Amino acid sequence: MIFLNYFISGISLGSIYAIIALGYTMVYGIAKMLNFAHGDVIMVGGYVCFYAVSRYGLNPFLGVAVAMLLCTILGIIVERLAYKPLRQAPSLAVLITAIGMSYFLQNTALLLWSSNPKVFPSIIGRGAFKLFDGALSVSHVTVLTIATCLVIMVVLSLFIGKTRLGKAMRACSEDKGAAQLMGINVNATISMTFAIGSGLAAIAGALLCSAYPTLMPTTGALPGIKAFTAAVFGGIGSVPGAFLGGLMLGVIEIFAKAYISSQLSDAVVFAVLIVVLLVKPAGLLGRMTQEKV
Amino acid sequence: MMTMKRLINLKRAEARRIYLTYAVVIIAYVVCQIMSSTKFFSSSMRGMLVPICAYMVMAVSLNLVVGILGELSLGHAGFMSVGAFAGVTSAILMQGTITNAPVRLALAMIIAAIFAAIAGFLIGIPVLRLKGDYLAIVTLAFGEIIKSILNNFYLGVDSQGLHFSMLSDTTRLLKGGRLIIRGPMGISGIQKIATFPAGFVLLMIALMIVFNLVNSRSGRAFMAIRDDRIAAESIGLDITKYKMMAFVMSAAIAGAAGALFAMNYSTIVANKFDFNTSILILVFVVLGGQGNMLGGIIAAAVLTILPEKLRQFSEYRMLLYAVVLIVMMLATNNAEIRAFLSGLNPFRRKEEAE
Amino acid sequence: MKKILTCAVLVLAMAASAFGAGFKIGGTGPLTGGAAIYGTAAMRGAQIAVDEINASGGEIQFELRYEDDTHDAEKAVNAYNALKDWGMQVSLGSVTSKPAEATAAENFSDRIFALTPSASSAAVTEGKDNVFQMCFVDPNQGTASAQYIASKNLAKKVAIIWKNDDVYSKGIRDTFVEKAPEVGLEVVSETTFADGNDTDFSVQLTEAKEKGAELVFLPMYYQPASLILAQAQAMGYAPKWFGVDGMDGILTMEGFDKALAEGVMLLTPFNADAKDEKTQKFVAEYQKRFGEIPNQFAADGYDCVYAYCQALAQAKATPDMDAEALCPKMIEQFTTMTFNGVTGENVKWAANGEVTKDPKGMVIKDGAYVGLD
Repeated sequence: MIFLNYFISGISLGSIYAIIALGYTMVYGIAKMLNFAHGDVIMVGGYVCFYAVSRYGLNPFLGVAVAMLLCTILGIIVERLAYKPLRQAPSLAVLITAIGMSYFLQNTALLLWSSNPKVFPSIIGRGAFKLFDGALSVSHVTVLTIATCLVIMVVLSLFIGKTRLGKAMRACSEDKGAAQLMGINVNATISMTFAIGSGLAAIAGALLCSAYPTLMPTTGALPGIKAFTAAVFGGIGSVPGAFLGGLMLGVIEIFAKAYISSQLSDAVVFAVLIVVLLVKPAGLLGRMTQEKV
Repeated sequence: MMTMKRLINLKRAEARRIYLTYAVVIIAYVVCQIMSSTKFFSSSMRGMLVPICAYMVMAVSLNLVVGILGELSLGHAGFMSVGAFAGVTSAILMQGTITNAPVRLALAMIIAAIFAAIAGFLIGIPVLRLKGDYLAIVTLAFGEIIKSILNNFYLGVDSQGLHFSMLSDTTRLLKGGRLIIRGPMGISGIQKIATFPAGFVLLMIALMIVFNLVNSRSGRAFMAIRDDRIAAESIGLDITKYKMMAFVMSAAIAGAAGALFAMNYSTIVANKFDFNTSILILVFVVLGGQGNMLGGIIAAAVLTILPEKLRQFSEYRMLLYAVVLIVMMLATNNAEIRAFLSGLNPFRRKEEAE
Repeated sequence: MKKILTCAVLVLAMAASAFGAGFKIGGTGPLTGGAAIYGTAAMRGAQIAVDEINASGGEIQFELRYEDDTHDAEKAVNAYNALKDWGMQVSLGSVTSKPAEATAAENFSDRIFALTPSASSAAVTEGKDNVFQMCFVDPNQGTASAQYIASKNLAKKVAIIWKNDDVYSKGIRDTFVEKAPEVGLEVVSETTFADGNDTDFSVQLTEAKEKGAELVFLPMYYQPASLILAQAQAMGYAPKWFGVDGMDGILTMEGFDKALAEGVMLLTPFNADAKDEKTQKFVAEYQKRFGEIPNQFAADGYDCVYAYCQALAQAKATPDMDAEALCPKMIEQFTTMTFNGVTGENVKWAANGEVTKDPKGMVIKDGAYVGLD
């Protein structure tokens, strides 16, 4: 029974990684860029939601909607100011700019909202479903997070697969030059990708803080790195891969803590990641691209 | 005939760049040394000389992997960490036998380089089988693993010799023994024997090693691999061997830099060498221009001094630092801004006319 | 509001420097980054004390400057050097332990006296005659906690959750584990967390529960502790909780459900709800300025400045003395004087720089501290 309890904890933690990883992987899949500021957009989403709900008394779901709107706008502004001018630059330059943006967002948050941690009011309360007379419990937040992940995955897949804009995104991902020749506005498409990614970050922020309710300017940074690891684990660029990678990372982390050593759990998680990448060099569900000679 | 001439010209330009790098480093050293000894420098500047040297060496080291070999490493601080802990531990062990501080420092740095090189070799075996972003994430993973292990590592010395343990302190030292590495508490009570001249010498050695490597047969192989891996493979280059060579060399240099850095402070912890430090070093390399040693060195100095000079803005300091970083990246990488800036620079125009 | 304040502080600082009558007092602490809560609090506490002392127009006047060290030893030495360039005469060391170890070594070699508000590791003062602490040393806290738990018969079986990459947490844990068997406590479970995996505590709590721990000892700061309390409640695990001084502040977190902390015990030198005049005045002023209730770091910063004020006045020191001349005078005063502040009455210092004051056992009842004794 303890084993199952740990498993459920792992899934809870993993679902949070998964929802953050979805945003990472989408932006990477299309813009081919590691957006290290993603975790900090999540933090901004958390704060907006916090203020909307606990200061202005908004309905939590309305609060998330406000956060999504503001984060989308933030994502567009960030993209316009910092990433768009570097479209032609080497990818490392964009990576470093994203890191600069991450510092910028963290320090702005510090000035605006102070370093004192705030306790986030869960968007759906702290209840749990009890199974087997309470021997197992699955919190509502976990169920909501997994459901949200699944909905986002389906919507994203449909969007990318069926809509015009989605097709344009796939085209940009395959070959920017060819996409341009086919009359696709590559710049606008990539900007759109960032807007969607930032909107997703707001949802992730609300769920992250509902599950683990302290909110600080650095809240997004470390889960961001873990989620990035999860995205790579599942095969970066692959939407189902991010989901699977997130869940597995969470379960491995909890099992490592429980059965190996809580002190070395991070080392174990990363060691497993390395082993997986050696066996499957493009991650669990990633596509191996054949190089042309 | 034409191509021959162009090649020779290229060679000359390369040589000029190398000598320029040495010259700038030496002049900068002499100027700093004079200013520092004539009390012209503030304590703040004097205090930063050694860490700046260490960061410069780190920039050179990472440039070998990122700029010359063309692989992204996100865990370079891990090698610095291995070097720091190995170097400081050996310096403490040698305290009784070798009383001359510079000699002890030099030996500690060599030992640090050896340990870091071993770590580099072990990590290189799996890492170098991967490519691109996957290689990057595995280096990140190794950086985190090194941090995690060192945070749980205990090493002590007593009359019976060295004792170590993992997870908790079970070294059971005899009376009079000293616990050197204390898990998350790191190492305390370090004798601060790192000096600015030592940093300068280390930087010069690192530059010589890297320049010699780059301009040798191996160096041309590195660049062939970077520019077109498949073509390089098809002419029979042993890619793994060359990659490993660059990686191990880079790790060794980083280890020596770590030892230099650690011995400038009385205390060191594994958490210092985390993902953020790896990124910081990467920023030096990218800002200075990949493969451009002098650029990386200058970027290391500028970005270490900058946050100190921004202290007058008190709470807005780190915000400004972020803004300056973004603006610098835009200015050096956006084609339009670059064209605009080079238009302003009279020297650049003359050079192009030539 | 913040701007006006900054301006006011600047004007005050300028006014003080214009008369040239103030002692220059400087400290480093994390004002940005993950540990910014602690540095900012200590700085604000010290600032209030400086303003009060200056406004009272006594013999002793201060100029305060705090520099950011981002909780990093390297940056702390940089910050310390910047303060030295500014002309710092007496130092407030650094707020957090590892940076404080690095700056304390500089204080020692430069002969600038230091009194750190909250750097509690033993290595900060070890072997340095001119570095003193305002807070308890970590080892004392571990020992005192174990003794307290045993003497009050709170529990026999104890679980510890500590932070594996933190000097403070590790220091307290080590002495607690050492002392526990002596006083008849059994440590049944010991689990850790670290930066980057400090959100989910289900494994740590499940293990403590399975091993039958009646009391969980939490040598950590209040932010992770708040998560632990929330997750334990969700699991339906309700042991006794015992914290140390870093736990103080948990009730001041915006949005924190105080019912979660009901019954939590902690040893802390400062209690924002204390009824004495000194504490109430300080808390009211802090709240007026910053809109928050001060935590123990703020109180330590506040006390440091008042302790300096007393020591400088007794030593008949004048602001024209340089740091090196002030150093022996301060050592003499601090090893002999008795100080009464908001973090304790009859505070004394030993020659090695450690403070002696009585930790107060507190229990949280109805969302407020109540003395345990």
